[in-house]
Formats: sequence, structure tokens, C-alpha cells
Amino acid sequence: MIIDKFEKKVILITGAVLSLFIFSMLYGRSKYNDLPECLPFDKAYTEPKITKLDDKTYQVYVVASMWQFQPSQIYIPVGSEVDFFVSSKDVVHGFNIHEKNVNLMAVYGNINKQTVKFDEPGVYKITCHEYCGVGHQNMQAEVIVNDPAAK
Amino acid sequence: MTTQTTERRTHRFPALGLEQGGMQISRSLKRLIYWELGIPLALLSIGIYHGLMQVIYRAGVLQQPAFAKLDYYQGLTLHGVINAIVLTTFFAVAFGHATITFYLKREINKTLGWISFWLMTVGTAMAAWAMLAGKASVLYTFYPPLKGHPLFYLGTALLIVGSWIPLYDWARLYRQWKRENPTTKTPLAVLGTLVNFIIWFVCTLAVAYEVLVLILPWALGWTPTINVTLARTLFWFFGHALVYFWLLPAYVMYYNFLPKLAGGKLFSDTAGRIALFGFLLFSVPVGVHHQFADPSITKGVKLFQGILTFGVAIPSFITAFTIAASLEYAGRKRGAKSLLGFFAKLPYLDPKRFLFAYLICGLFIFIFGGLTGIVNSSSVLNNTIHNTAWLPGHFHMTVAGPVFLAIIGMSLYMYSKTAGKKIFMPRVTVIIPYLWTIGILIFSTGLSWGGLIGEPRRTNLGMTYLNPKHALYTPEWVPTTMLGLLGGIIMFIAATLFLVVFFGTMAKKRTEEAVLELPVSESIHDEKRIPLLDSFKPWLVTMAVILVVAYVPAFIDATRNPGPGAPRFTPDNPMPVQEVPAPTSNVIKGDKTTSYNKTR
Repeated sequence: MIIDKFEKKVILITGAVLSLFIFSMLYGRSKYNDLPECLPFDKAYTEPKITKLDDKTYQVYVVASMWQFQPSQIYIPVGSEVDFFVSSKDVVHGFNIHEKNVNLMAVYGNINKQTVKFDEPGVYKITCHEYCGVGHQNMQAEVIVNDPAAK
Repeated sequence: MTTQTTERRTHRFPALGLEQGGMQISRSLKRLIYWELGIPLALLSIGIYHGLMQVIYRAGVLQQPAFAKLDYYQGLTLHGVINAIVLTTFFAVAFGHATITFYLKREINKTLGWISFWLMTVGTAMAAWAMLAGKASVLYTFYPPLKGHPLFYLGTALLIVGSWIPLYDWARLYRQWKRENPTTKTPLAVLGTLVNFIIWFVCTLAVAYEVLVLILPWALGWTPTINVTLARTLFWFFGHALVYFWLLPAYVMYYNFLPKLAGGKLFSDTAGRIALFGFLLFSVPVGVHHQFADPSITKGVKLFQGILTFGVAIPSFITAFTIAASLEYAGRKRGAKSLLGFFAKLPYLDPKRFLFAYLICGLFIFIFGGLTGIVNSSSVLNNTIHNTAWLPGHFHMTVAGPVFLAIIGMSLYMYSKTAGKKIFMPRVTVIIPYLWTIGILIFSTGLSWGGLIGEPRRTNLGMTYLNPKHALYTPEWVPTTMLGLLGGIIMFIAATLFLVVFFGTMAKKRTEEAVLELPVSESIHDEKRIPLLDSFKPWLVTMAVILVVAYVPAFIDATRNPGPGAPRFTPDNPMPVQEVPAPTSNVIKGDKTTSYNKTR
């Protein structure tokens, strides 16, 4: 097998670049939102609910259905850490919190989980980004961080 | 148009087909190739019409659910199925028939060829009816528990099964050739076609199982529920390998035709073989990276397949280097001097080598398609862009970049050669890929940018998010969807021009000898045959091992972690088609399956 000298260099560079990519991906897991938690199904999560565990810690059970999220407005104070447990009552839905890198699929008979901290006040839109039928384009909810109405 | 009656019994094989410019093939094979190119290109008119309509809706120009009695999501389904499944599959089969026949110098079995054609055509007709009748607006991924018409699933399955048949025949011809030429290197194009259809066969087993065993009985109401995560996992076992099935015909053209068209030689034939076997190993066991955001699949499985996905970048890196080096060789032969001067010396606008323009434009677009793909396969970055407009931004720069341009360019090339007809409007023909490139770069810039700021894919944005009168109006997405609209219009014009050229060529009279002719590139180096790179067995065994390691845990997760299965839903109704019957003892974990639906 003839390996040209340029080919050798390129093989080395390719190896280095790939290692860099894989390293970055693994390193990024500790700094940013990681993959969702894998939970076995439990019916308890399939009723929409907001639970305040303590001042800065919340659990939200989100139920997606055609064509709404329940709860559709989630009020929390600045600095809260929220565990989202996402499920679906019917078809597959998407759950994307803008600016927060939270990106989950809501699937019937399955529970998806992601934890996210809200350090800045504001309104964070949650958009359904998986086609879920004729009303798909109406399906949005929001997280309202530090709204005076929350207190 | 069945065949045996019209077919001439004597097949003429000129001993030195290449030197004479082409190879005589039977009328039956020619007709098979014409139909397999013509049917999907005729359907493409529906596909690109709906492509145009989508950018119009998404930009908020149309603020309604349907136009001309065709619903947005119905159009999206037609766009995806026709462009990404029907066109690509028909073309891969026709192109496979041509490469196998041309490089092995023996014709395929016409009966099997026509059986395959009819299965694919009847399947396509069934699915097309279901989609056009509005009974299967479930998109090309048809995720349950959204249910389409059973004929949609059956049609898709027939299309796939029809495309399996040629592999059986080609493998027979290959073994025959191998016995006669035990020490000659298998032609690279033949290797490419066989690798491609082996990948296709393996990955479509999963989707065939999904469709025939899980979905069809459920869609017909024979089984009450379906495990959605298992169905999604089976779909993506197929779904990612599918993109390599689209891409490999283009790779075959890059390695075997492009150097010759550029006026040079292939830098390394061995590199091509390594790349092809690399695809064989890594194309399939990476599908879970489409499910990074899915529940019920453990992080370890996702990460492992995420890393394997970087493995599939290796053959593409090899190709990028080898093809660039081949083009440099061609440029220097044509008088280029400086370091990158060869780029200026290539035959970009030569109507006689129009195929060069299609292939080089595809390669250029693919640079961006590849880079955005690396973002998608990185689990952490995927959190930002998963299922946003970024995704169609990415895959239009792959499937609608190198793949689409190679398919249409090669369809025209094969047709004009085997029919002996001159190209209709040759100057326009050579401009089309550049127009397409400009369009797609604008279009994908809009989608990628939109995706980064949360614009969802697969959404009729015009009704709500891009409608200034609606409460959900999101003005940030105005510039992104406008870029999408502009790019989409340019792409639509380019594709329409192509259809005019193709069918215009078909309408012409034969003026030249009608032969099967493909460009043949020589290698720069005379590389020796390496037995390991000229044998399928070791690679197939390795492929099986990696597949088992990567996918058995994924299927275990998808079977164990989910709870109750889902009943059927149609896109227009939040209530299931039929309530889930009361659980019986053999349903998964009896206590948990109790009437999840009835609690509503």
C-alpha cells in the first residue's frame, strides 16, 4: 500500500481533530446540560404538577398533549433549579426551552428528565418542535422567572 | 411493458467496451433504467412544489392551514417521502444496475430487475395515494402513535422490499466475475454499489420489522397498542444508515467519475476502498444519535453511538482528501502553477462535461453539510439545535446538496447516453447546479440561524409564530424565514429548470449511438491488490459485531424502560381512534397499564 507523505500528514491531522471533537463532547457534559436522565416509566409523573421542594428547587411534571403543555405557565424565582419530568398523553411532542439548551422528546408511556437552572429573570418560551398533528403550530408554553406575580 | 417478449435473446458485449466509448445493452435493460429514472423525476415535480410551498408558509406569506386543497403537513409528508425516499431509492437501483452492468461487463437478470421495478412502483403508488388523499399526513418518519393509512405503510414496505431484489442479482454477478477474475481488483464502483446495498439491506431489516410487525397490525387495529420508543429506535437504526444509502452513489461518482471529468486521475484507489469499508462498519450502529433527546435510552448507549458517529466521519475525511488531491492533479495537468491555482483551472462551465459541475457543486455544499453534522452528533451541542430549523438546514446541505445534485446530474447523463440523445439546453444544464448552490446556501443559512434561536422544524409557522396578528408571533424569526424563502425560491427555479432539461431531453430524437457509458478514472499510482480490501467476509463479520455491541443495549432499553404502549391517534384528533382495552395479565406489568387514557 502506497501512502503519500501528504496523506500521512492528513491522517495524523484527522486523528487529532477527531480526538479533539470527542474530548470536547465529553468535557462539555460537565459544563453544560448533559443528555436527559433515563427513567423507567412511572405513572406518578403523568399528572401535570409543580412542586416546590425548597426556595430554589422545583419539580415540574410537564404533560404534553395535542396541542398544549400542562402546566402552560411556570412561575419560579431567579436562581431556581428545576427538574422537568416530561411525558405525553398522546403522540410524540417536542419540548425545547429557548436559550436554556433544554431539548427533550415527550413520548407516550415514557418519562424524560432534564434539570436546568434559571439564573436570569425573563420569560423563557417552551416550543413543541415535533410535528404532533394539525394544531402543532399552536403549542407553546413559558417559564416566567422572577415575575412579581409569583410571590 | 413486461420484458421477455420484446427482449432480444442475443446480448451483444463488445470485448473492449471502454475503448469504444460505451457498452451495448439490451433494450429491456435500457427501458428499465429509463423508467427507474423517469418515474421519481416526474414525482419530483410534486416534491419540489411542496418544498416551495413550505418556505412560503414558514415565512408567513401564507397564514393558513392549506393551499390548493393540500395541507401544509400533507405537503411536508409528500416532500419528504418523494424527495428523500422514492427519488433516492429508485435512483440507487437504476444507478446500481448501470454500474454493475458496465464495470462487470455483464447484464443483470431482467426478470428480477422488472419484478423489483414493479414492487417499487406499486408500493410508491400506494403510498402516494394515501398521502395525496390526506390519509397519511404523518411525515416521512411516521412516528407512532400518529397513525397513517395502512396502505401508506404497506406501500413503503413494498418500495423497500423491491429495492432488495437487485442486491441478490448483483451479488450473483459479482461472484461469477470473481471466479473468472480471482486476482483482479474488484472495480471500485462495483464495490461501492455492493457496499451501499448491503448497508441498505441491513438497515431496512429494522424498518421492515417496524412497519410489518409493529405498525401495520396496530394501524389495522389488530394489536391495541404500540411501544413508541421501540418503534423510534427501529426507525433510527434504519434512518441514519439511510443517509449513507443516499450518499454512497454520489461517492461512487466522486471516486470513479469526477477525476476523469476534471481531466485527471484518481489520487488513490486504495483510499476509496478503505472509505467504503469504513462506511460498511459505521453507517448503521450510530442511529441512536438521532435519539439523544429521547427518554428511556440510557446515557451510555447514546454516548457510545455518539462516539461511533465520529467514526463515520473518517471515511468522509478520507474522501475529502483524496478527491481534493485528484482535483489538484487535474488542475496542474491543465496548467495550474501556484499552491491553490488548480481550483481556477477546472472545467466548471463546460457543457460537454456538465456532470462535473453537478458533482463539484455538491462537494462544495457538502463541506457545510459535514460541519453542521458534526454539531448534531455532539450530544451537548445537540441540546441547542435538536429538532429546530437547524436540522433541515443541515440535511438539505447533504441530501439536497451532494446527493440531489449527483442524482439529477447522473440521471440526465445516464439517460442521454443510453438513449443516444443530445442534452436539451446544454448551457442551462451546466448553470443549474450553481444556481442550486446559491439557493441552498441562502436557504440553509436562514434555517441554521433560525434553529440557533429556537425556530422549530416541521411547523406551519405562518399560522402562528410568523403571523403578526397572532399572540405567538415571534419577530426574531422574520429574517431567518425570509432567507429560507429567498433560498427556497432560487432552489425551486433551479430544480424546475432541471425538470425542463430532463424531460426536454427525453422528448428529443435519438441522434447518437445509444450505449451505456460511464466516465472511467484511472489511478495515479498503480496500487497492488490488497486481498483484505477486496473481500467482504471480514468486513461483514466486523460490521455484525459492532452492530450487536452498539444496538443490543439500545433495544433492551427500548423494551424495558417504557410503560404502557400507545393507542392510535390521527393528526386531527386528541382522542385516540379507539380506547385501550382493559389490561389483561399478559400486558406489560399489569398494574401500570390500567387505562392511562380513561383518566382524562
